[in-house]
Order: sequence, then C-alpha cells, then structure tokens
Amino acid sequence: MKEISELLAISHLNKSYDGNVVLIDLSLVVHKGEVVVLIGPSGCGKSTLLRCMNGLEPIQSGEIRLDGVPITDGKTRWSLIRQKIGMVFQSYDLFYHLTVLENLLLGPLHVQGRKRQEVTAAAEKLLERVGLLDKRNAYPRQLSGGQKQRVAIIRALMMEPELMLFDEVTAALDPEMVREVLDVILELARGGMTMVIVTHEMQFARAIADRIVFIDGGEIVESGAPDGFFTSPKTERAQRFLNIFKFEEIKQEEKKEVLL
Amino acid sequence: MQDSGLQILFQGSNLLRLFGGLGVTLALSLVSVALSIVLGVPLGIVMTLKNPVTRTLTRVYLEIIRIMPQLVLLFLVYFGLAKAFQIHLSGEVSAVIVFVLWGTAEMGDLVRGALISIPRHQFESGAALGMTNLMIYRLVIIPQTLRRLLPLAINLTTRMIKTTSLVVLIGVVEMLKVGQQIIDANRYASPSGAFWIYGVVFFLYFIVCYPVSKVARKLESHWQA
Amino acid sequence: MDWAFITKYAQMYLTAAGLTLRLAALGTLLSILLGLACSLILYYRLPVLRQLVSGYIELSRNTPLLVQLFFLYFGLPKLGLVLSAENCAIIGLTFLGGSYMAEAFRSGLSSVEPGQIEAGQSIGLRRGQIIRLIVLPQALSVSIPALCANTIFLIKETSVFSAVALADLMFVAKDLIGLYYKTDEALLLLVSAYLIILLPVSALAAWLERRLRYAGFGASNPLSGQ
Repeated sequence: MKEISELLAISHLNKSYDGNVVLIDLSLVVHKGEVVVLIGPSGCGKSTLLRCMNGLEPIQSGEIRLDGVPITDGKTRWSLIRQKIGMVFQSYDLFYHLTVLENLLLGPLHVQGRKRQEVTAAAEKLLERVGLLDKRNAYPRQLSGGQKQRVAIIRALMMEPELMLFDEVTAALDPEMVREVLDVILELARGGMTMVIVTHEMQFARAIADRIVFIDGGEIVESGAPDGFFTSPKTERAQRFLNIFKFEEIKQEEKKEVLL
Repeated sequence: MQDSGLQILFQGSNLLRLFGGLGVTLALSLVSVALSIVLGVPLGIVMTLKNPVTRTLTRVYLEIIRIMPQLVLLFLVYFGLAKAFQIHLSGEVSAVIVFVLWGTAEMGDLVRGALISIPRHQFESGAALGMTNLMIYRLVIIPQTLRRLLPLAINLTTRMIKTTSLVVLIGVVEMLKVGQQIIDANRYASPSGAFWIYGVVFFLYFIVCYPVSKVARKLESHWQA
Repeated sequence: MDWAFITKYAQMYLTAAGLTLRLAALGTLLSILLGLACSLILYYRLPVLRQLVSGYIELSRNTPLLVQLFFLYFGLPKLGLVLSAENCAIIGLTFLGGSYMAEAFRSGLSSVEPGQIEAGQSIGLRRGQIIRLIVLPQALSVSIPALCANTIFLIKETSVFSAVALADLMFVAKDLIGLYYKTDEALLLLVSAYLIILLPVSALAAWLERRLRYAGFGASNPLSGQ
C-alpha cells in the first residue's frame, strides 16, 4: 500500500561534538509516506540525528541523500533543502515579534516568493484544521503551550515539505495539552506525510509508527515494527530501556518481609 | 618635525608636570567619589522608603542633576554662586561641590537599585531558616547588595575621572591645562608639540581608566552567580 | 533680573541651540551607524575586525570627549591634518558615541534566543533574511531604551564644544558673562535652553520605553510548560 521509494537515505553517518563521539556509523532509510519514530535514553543522540537531517548540525563523515540527491557534500544550499524538510522543535520557537498569521506567512512570502493572497488562504485553511483560526492575529505570548506547538507545526507545513521532523515536541507541555498536539501529528500521518519523530510518549509511538528505531549510545541498536518491538524487544538494551516505563506495585507482603 | 615634536616630552620637567596635572585630576575625582559614597549610601536607603514626600524630593533632585550637562552645573556653581553670594569659589572647590552633588545622586540611585533588586524570597528564605531580621541583613542582603553595587560604583568612578577633564574650562590647572602651558611655552622650539602633548594626555587618561573598568567588569562577572 | 537683557540676547541662545542640536543629531546618527556596524562585527566574530573594534571600544570608553577634541583640533593640525571645528566636534562625538551605541546593540543582539534563529533556518530563510526579519526586529526592541539614553548622553556631551571655539550654548553664556557681567541672566538662559532641549527628548525616551515594555514579546520559558 505504501510506496517503497526512498525519500531520505542516511549512510554511515559519524558525528562528534567537542571531541565526544555522538553518532557512530549510523545508517537509516526513510521511505516516502513512512512514519519512523526514534526512541532511546537521554543523550543517545536521537535529537542530534534529527538535527543532522536538516543541516542544523554538521557531520564529520557519511552521507545523507534526499530523493537520491546528496545533501551533505558541502555544495548544498541548505536554505533550499530546508524548504523540503520541515522541523518542529521542543521549544516551539514561534517568532515573538510577529502575530500567528505573520509567523505562518513569513516563510512562503520571503523564501518561496508566493503571492500573499494565496498564502493567506492556505494559512487560514490550516489554522482552521487545527481549530486556531480565531487566534490568527494573536501574538505567541497570548497562546498556551499546546496552541503554540500546533501553530509551529502548521508553520512548518506552510512550506509544503516532503518530510517532517519532530523533535520531542510534547516534552515541554503540560499533560492536558500533549493530546491536542499528538492528534494533529496523527492526522498528518493518516494523510500520508513522511515523518521522523523523536518522542518519549511510548503509547503515541506505538500508535503512529510504521517503524520504531531504538538508538542507544549513538548507534541503532534495534529497529522493527512497533508491536513487535514493544511486546518482545530482541536486544537486552531495548528490554532494559522499556522496563524504565514499567512500575512494579509495592505489594503489602513484600513490604512486610523487608521490615522483618 | 618628528624629532622636535617628540623631544618636548622629555625636556625639562614636562612629563613630571603632566603627571602633576594627572595628580590633580585624580585627587579631585577620588575626593568626590569618597564623599559621594558617604552621602550616597544613606540617600539610597532613603530613596527606598515608601514615604511619598521623600520619594518626590529625591526623585526631583536626581532628575535635575542628571538632566543638566555637568559643564552647565560647573558654570552654575563657579559663576552663579560666586555672583549670588558674593563669594569667590576656586575652580577646584566648585568642581568638588558639583561632583559630590552629582556623585551622591548617582550613588543613591545605584544603592536604591541594588536594594530593590534583591528578590523578596531572599528575605523569606532567611526567615524560614529562623534568622532574625538583623541576621538576614548582615548575612544575606548586604553581601548581595555589595556585589551588585561594587562594579557599578567603580564604573561611576571612571566616569567621574573622565568628567574632571571639564574643569579645565573653569580654570583649574589639571592635566589639559598643564599640557596647554607646556605647548605655549614651547611654541617655537617644538611647533608640533601639541600633537604629542595631547596624545600623551589622551593616553594617560586611558591607562588610568582602562584597568579600573577592567577590574569592575571582572568583579561583575565573578559575582554573576 | 534684567529681562530686557534676556529678551535681547535670547536670539543668540536660539542660534547656539540650533548649532548644538544640529551637531548632536549628526553625531548621534553617525554613532548609531558606527555602533551597529561594530556590534555586528562582534556578533559574527569577524577576524581581525573584531580585535580592532574591541580596541576601539576600550579606547573610546576610557577617554573623555574633551581630550579627544583637543587632540583632533589642536594636535592633528601639527601633522598637517587640519579639520574645521565642526568636523572635529562631529568626529569626536561619533568616536565617543559609537562605542556606547555598540554596547546597546550588543545587548539587544545577545537577547535574541538561538531557537529563533534555528526556527528561521528550518523554514529555509537565508542568513541575510534571518538578520533582517527576525534578529534585528527583536534586538532593536531591547536596544531602544539604551539607544535613547545614549542619545541624551550625547546631547549633554556637546556642551564641551565651546572648547574648540564653536559658538554653542556654553560659549554664548561664557561670552555674555565675560562681556556684560550679567551672570544670572546668562545662566538662566543657559539652563532654560538645555531644559527645553532635554526635557522633551527625555520624555519621549521614557514614553518609548513604556510602549516597548507593553509590546514586550513576553517570551515565557517554554520549559515551564506554559
């Protein structure tokens, strides 16, 4: 049902930061229409990997190809590539000095040179899809975290990207707002958008992913279909990681035994 | 031309006289700064009081002193007071009066700013630990106030040193005046003396002020935590 | 108080005030341009230029304007470089003001969060566009209070121009005191002239600052879950 063309191909990526090796000989292929979720312990390099994909982090060796075209050979105009790859950050980073609508229009108008009328119509349509049309003239400071994040998502969508990157976008949100953001991302996935998502929300990952990639210590340790991964992880490191999310009930009998 | 110019610096006691002028500059500044601190700290404390009368009075004082160029204030004291009260004030005394008035106002504002910048919960944390008010002030508030104050106070000192250059215009014999005298005396012997003399004066101000402002910045970053 | 004298000579003060304002305006404008250039050089850490700018700033902030003027007006001619009194005044004021404006811009530039720049990059904006559309507007709103304060400071600094024989306010006052001994009147006119210039500028600056504080983008800490 899904096309098997490779949209993003990462081969033998190596990245160090300040002398510390962060990513080791990493290879990953993302197919068109696929949703890949990266999970792993803190500091494992998953966010760094994401940021390498749109050039926010430089790499030491290896290659990334977008649609078959290498984008890490030093000749790339990143400003062009980044129109095709959209990114949403944990800290939303909406432009403070602009209204919601202006935030959405900035990219299309100045980077893509589109006409204001066409772009405004597109922006308002997207705002309506996420239920924020009435906030179009508000400033970021007047929105809640969940609202800001939803605007950040459609700001990236306004550029009509082929690939969307999500970097722990719900990590800074209060629990009530996490759901509204995840619903937007789920809807995008249903619409066929190719996505790479870094997240801690395990149930969400299980629901949305076509493929789970577990990263630890800068390498891909395990990858596979979500159901398989979550019910019976193959590697010991993956098992240990998933155990972090299980809490044992403190049974009364056990407590008594300890005290005695 | 180069030769006869540079030589002016090494002739006779020229350099020594310039340093003498520097001494006058420094003496004026340091006396004024010292008095400003002594008067400014109580003023600053007064400025934090909630009394509307003191608030307005101190505010007006601060704004008037600040809005006038220092040279105008010097003129007012040197020419104006002399006429008004029929007393002759020397340039030096006028300068000290003006600088102390200015310095006290600035110092007071700095102290006020430092005091109100200490967050409320510093008091509360101290109280929660069982400290008396006196202890809180001594162990928590005053050390923090000093840390915020000192770099700014040093900055004020640098500004004062630079401003003392103005007193040459009301006849005080400080560095620039001494420089002028040397140049005039050597008008024929060293025609290009002005370049070297004023160059040296420029340089002397720099080597006095630069280390001081560096120290202030070091303190500020050291205490940033 | 000799009011006849005051009305007779108020005109002189007016002309002098005009000169002061003209020189102050020019000096301030050039200072802002110089300061902006310097702060951008420091922000982008351009080699060589960066050290030059740092050296310039230290030199300018640690020496008084009067000494700079003396050097320019009396000293340079000995090297064959003769500048008019007005040019010396403008150069001196710009030399002094540039470093203060640079500091104002610097604090504005450093207040822009890196996340804003990354967000701009991730929608494909080029470096020049990012500076123009995101960094500068945000930096300016933080810098403007300091820029205003510096402007007022520069206007006050112009009072030393009389030392290089410019017919500014101080010059006129000193002249009248010397010639006619009408100290009170001359001083009254002097103080009034400066108040008339500085009070409106001061009020304008305060208003601008209040306006900006309300428009303040209120960048709340995203990690507080707001």
